Parts: sequence; C-alpha cells; structure tokens
Amino acid sequence: MRHIISVLLENEPGALSRVVGLFSQRNYNIETLTVAATEDPTLSRLTLTTIGQEDVIEQITKNLNKLIEVVKLVNLSEGAHIERELMLVKIKATGAQRAEVKRTTDIFRGQIVDVTSSVYTVQLTGTSDKLDSFIEAVGPATVLEVVRTGVSGIARGDKVLSI
Amino acid sequence: MELLSGAEMVVRSLRDEGVKFIYGYPGGALLHVYDAIFRQDDVTHVLVRHEQAAAHMADGYARATGKPGVVLVTSGPGATNTITGIATAYMDSIPMVVISGQVASHMVGTDAFQETDMVGISRPIVKHSFIVKDPREIPEIVKKAFYLAQTGRPGPVVIDIPKDMTNPAEKFEYSYPKKVKLRSYNPAVRGHSGQIRKALELLVEARRPIIYSGGGVIMGGAAKQLTELGKELGVPVTNTLMGLGGFPGTDRQFVGMLGMHGSYTANVAMHHADVVMCVGARFDDRVINGATKFCPNARIIHIDIDPASISKTIKADIPIVGPVDSVLTEMLAIAREHKLRPNADVLAAWWKQIDEWRGDGKLFPYDQGDGSIIKPQRVIETLWEVTKGDAYVTSDVGQHQMFAAQYYPFDKPNRWVNSGGLGTMGFGLPAAMGIQLHHPDAAVACVTGEGSIQMNIQELSTCLQYDLPVKIITLNNQALGMVRQWQDMQYNSRYSHSYMESLPDFIKLTESYGHVGMRVEKPEDLKSAMEEAFAQTKRLVFMDIRVDNTEHVYPMQIAGGSMRDMWLSKTERT
Repeated sequence: MRHIISVLLENEPGALSRVVGLFSQRNYNIETLTVAATEDPTLSRLTLTTIGQEDVIEQITKNLNKLIEVVKLVNLSEGAHIERELMLVKIKATGAQRAEVKRTTDIFRGQIVDVTSSVYTVQLTGTSDKLDSFIEAVGPATVLEVVRTGVSGIARGDKVLSI
Repeated sequence: MELLSGAEMVVRSLRDEGVKFIYGYPGGALLHVYDAIFRQDDVTHVLVRHEQAAAHMADGYARATGKPGVVLVTSGPGATNTITGIATAYMDSIPMVVISGQVASHMVGTDAFQETDMVGISRPIVKHSFIVKDPREIPEIVKKAFYLAQTGRPGPVVIDIPKDMTNPAEKFEYSYPKKVKLRSYNPAVRGHSGQIRKALELLVEARRPIIYSGGGVIMGGAAKQLTELGKELGVPVTNTLMGLGGFPGTDRQFVGMLGMHGSYTANVAMHHADVVMCVGARFDDRVINGATKFCPNARIIHIDIDPASISKTIKADIPIVGPVDSVLTEMLAIAREHKLRPNADVLAAWWKQIDEWRGDGKLFPYDQGDGSIIKPQRVIETLWEVTKGDAYVTSDVGQHQMFAAQYYPFDKPNRWVNSGGLGTMGFGLPAAMGIQLHHPDAAVACVTGEGSIQMNIQELSTCLQYDLPVKIITLNNQALGMVRQWQDMQYNSRYSHSYMESLPDFIKLTESYGHVGMRVEKPEDLKSAMEEAFAQTKRLVFMDIRVDNTEHVYPMQIAGGSMRDMWLSKTERT
C-alpha cells in the first residue's frame, strides 16, 4: 500500500542525504520526495511517499526516527489527510486540439500559465491520481514535457506536526 | 576564559571527556592536532601501523570497558582505512568516536590531495557524523559525539575536521559543555511497566520458557541483572555469540551458545520453547536459521533499547523498548515482590527434558582423535584451564572463533571480544591490544588462525613500542578453515583459494618484531607450552599451534531448516 510519511528534519547540511541513504541502504523505495524549510528556519519539512507492506512501513518509520536529525514524523496515511501535488505540463496545442486542451484544462481546474502559437503550458494541482487522469485525458501523445513536484501532505483537523 | 586554537580544543575536549588513550596515525590534514598532542601529557596517543587497527583497538577497549574508544586519523587514505573498523563497531553496536582530518574548507570538493568525502563514505555505518564548520563548535561537537556514541543503542560517530578549523594561529574562548541535549534524540530511559509485568507473567506461566540474551546485555551493563533474574526464576538461559558472559558460562542453567554453531541443547530447547524472552539481541540470521520455521510454538518477548530491532525479523508478542539493565531490574523487583515464579513441577519437567538433550553434560562434544594430532577444540579447553577461565579473549573470524566461543565458557561479561556482526578478519590482535593497554596486568589472549592474523600482523610492531604482552593463540591448520568447511559440505571439497600457501615462519617473524615465538606440534606439549607462554607476563608470545586440518565446527545448522536442524558431525544430523 502507498503511504505518505511526513518528517520534520533538522535543517542542516547532510540531513537529507541520510534520509535518502537510509532508503537505498535498506532497500526501501521512494516514490516521491519533497523537502523545503519551514516557517522555523532550523527545521525542514520532508514529505515522501513509499509503497510497502505494513511491516516494511513500520521499519521505515522506526529507522527514520533513528536518524539523529529526524525530529518528528507522522504517517499521514494512517489518518484523514490532504495531499497535493503540483504539475507543470507542456502540451501540443495546434488546430482543433488547441480548444480541446483548453476545455480539458478548465474541467480539471488547471491554469494555462504560458502560451505560444503551438504550445500551452498548464499548471495543475491535486492528488497524484488527478494529475495522472489529466495526462490521460489530454492524451499522452500530445504531452511534450511533464514536471511534477511530488506529494506534499498535511493532516486534516486540529492535528499538527510541530515541535 | 582560556583561548585555544581549534587543534588544542580537539585535544582538550578529549581530556575533559575523560579520555586517556587515543589510537591513530598522523598525516597532513591533522598535523596541527598532532602538534597539540605533542604539547600536552593528559591524553596519550598510541601510534598504530595501519588505521584499521586503530579502529579495532578503540573497539576492543570499548567492548572491555563499556566506554567509547577514540580514533584519530588523517584525511583520504587515513580515513578510508578506518572504514572496516567503523563498520565492525556499527554492526555490534560499539561506542566509538572517530576523528578524521579533512582538507581545508576552501579545498573541499576540488579533488584535493588526500581528499575524500569521509562523511559520505561512512554514512551507512555510523550512528551519526559531524563536519566542523567553525572552530568554536569543536567542544560542543565532541561532547555530542560522545553522548551519541554511548547512549541509547551505542555506535560509532565520526567527526570530520577540515584543516583550517585547527589553525594554530586562530584562538577562541574554550569551555567544555557539561551536558548536551539534542531535541531530535531521546533514547528510552526505562521500559513500559505494564509490558514488563505482562512479560514476566507470560514467562512464569510458560511450560517451556527460555531466556535468550545477546550483546545488548554486555554493552548495556546488565549481566548482573540477567544473572539474578535467571537465578530467581530458575529457567534455562542461552547466549548469542555476542552475548557470551552475560550469564555465567559454567552455570548449570546455561545451555550454551545458540545459533548456527550453537549447542544442540540450546538450539533444540529454543525450538521446543513455548515462551522465548529475548534480551538485548536481534534475531540475527546466524541465530534463527531462517524466520519461517523459527520456534514454531513460542510466544516472543523482546527487550531492546532500539525500537527498530523489535519485530524486524521475528514478530514480538510483547515488545519492551528500554535499557536492558533497568528493564531487568524492574522485572526482578516485580518477581520478588509478587513471588512470581514458574511452577516448580512444570519447570522440573522442562529441565528433565533439557538434561536429556544435554546428555553427559558436555555442551559441545567432539571426537578427541587418537592423540597424534592437536585438536583445535582441545587448544581452547587448554587455554581455559591455563587462564583459569579468567582471561580476556579476543578472536578473529572463522573456525577458531567458533571453537573459542564453544569451548571457553565465560563467567563474566566484557571478557569475550569478537566481531560477531560484520565478521572482520584481522580484528583480534588490535582488539586485544586495546584491552591490554587498559589492563596491563590482565591475561589477554587473541585466538586466531594463520589466515586472520596476517590481516593485521603489522601491529606486532605497535605491541613492541607500547609493551603489550598479548598472547596470540594461532590455530594453524594451514587453511581458511571455515571456508574449507563450507567447501567440504557444499562444494564437494573443491578447495577454491581456501588454503594458505607460502606461510611465513611465524616464529622468526615474531622474533624479528622483538617478541617470543613458540611452535607447538604435539598434543602432549600443548599444556606446558601454554603455561610457559602465560608465565611470560611481560612479553608478547606468538603460539603457532599446528592443529588437525580436517576438523569442522559442529553443530552446524542446516540452511532452510528450523533451530533444531543441525549437522552434529560429518556424518550425523538431527
């Protein structure tokens, strides 16, 4: 099953490489990874998605917790949460296709953020599934380039991950 | 406040941490620090002949004393040469602080002379690592390194120091912190009382209970508590290779080491147990012989300081995360207060069964042969007799290591020092040196083979320089015995690269290093020769003992089987 693990990490050089190293060292997989400093500049927030059986996920969270720079973590998939991913995608937009791409973008509540005579650049935010569906809908053949940020997530309700 | 350079701060911080000895080798990136060492007398530096040995010396010291060993090496090859030693310590959870020099900050990343990314290379095999970015950080980083190395699950910590951080011309105010705290690091300080009580109840209600303890009991300083609890409850106890000495090896309740080369009694008792209490051990693959068939009827209690060890390979029914000493103390207190003890009749029936498995009482029976050739097992038994079971014994890796573990029962913790997790040949001699340096009057024996000893034999020179009268007990079968054993059993005796041609004359070699060499070839000479060796308390003695080169280590668990599936000799199996 796919899990979203959210980590508060000391914002120090080398901390990220320990997280990434742990995954390759112990043969865990990382599907997506995003990281940036938080409102507290001494902390980074790292979100990763991984796929594994329950026992593997348990080991992943335990071993992440063992890293000295990991301050706190939560497996967001264990509770109600919001997940978002941002995608920028360049799409061939000529002839009749041009209007079709625009319509599809509107349906998915995306925005066209750059335009040339033959190309639209679309920005789209949502769950990973929604981004997949968009590419499916416009047709992979018309897609020229895709950039995705990977998943960010946050728990619903009052629960916060902070120190 | 005193003004010190970064180099002086390194040495002063070590002194203020209570460090007496450091082991190392100088080089360009560290010369400022070596100069600071020269100008003080509080911390003694021991010059090894290869940096790997420095790490093993620090490791041997740590295993015998429970305190972190300290290594000092230069950048590049100095640092990389310690990697095997760091990995050895990491696998066995040994506290160690490794200080490596680095090229100057502005040169980092330019492929400078003797530059290597030490923090990167060592990352998977350290508990943590630091790079010094400002000389003023040095005292705090050193304090943190020692704190991390020895608390929680211990392990090696690397401090990488670029040369410009130690510039003698730049001085800063120095004070050594009394305490450090890391908001992201909070090892458990006690176990969960409810879980401890539940575990004890499960254990005393069991029909066939067994305690299986490991290196955590040794490094966690819990041998006394384990022994008291074991005695209070009267249940059988087995130790892992790393845990020997955690419970007295000559006690009747001790059923021997368990695992791949564990005793028949221990392995069969484990297989039939209905409750297994694992204390400071990690269900290693060399212990459990495969997770699927392991202890089919047992409920598992697992006590460990590291939550990641729990339910990693074997699912725990009652997990307890905490320091083993405090958990066992609490368990013992509950047992005494509430008079929780196994039912006497049930326990007696279990012991009757165990004694049947134990047979004549010898945990590791072997064929004594016709007396024409020295049996390696007999060498270890003789070592035990001559040292009255009270020596510090280190080993290298292979058949001799297993024979030492089987035939030298340890009654005290921290006496048996070997590379259990990584299985590092070349570990034994430097580890013995680290122990001997701190216990100059103790009998310290390095049990080794003619293969392993050659992996760090250059340290005979260090032994001369620092008067380290280690006794090197070489079981010389002129072959890589354990490799050959596997080749006998699985490769139809095709001895691919498992024998040692062109062995040196170890006697002459030892003598050229200024020590005493002895060769023993006849069984009748063994004991007197060994007595003579240990009588030379001020000299290093290298005993080249020619042993039966056809001997195998038994029992040996059969891969893919359960705990009780073992070869008992070349022809018998369970």
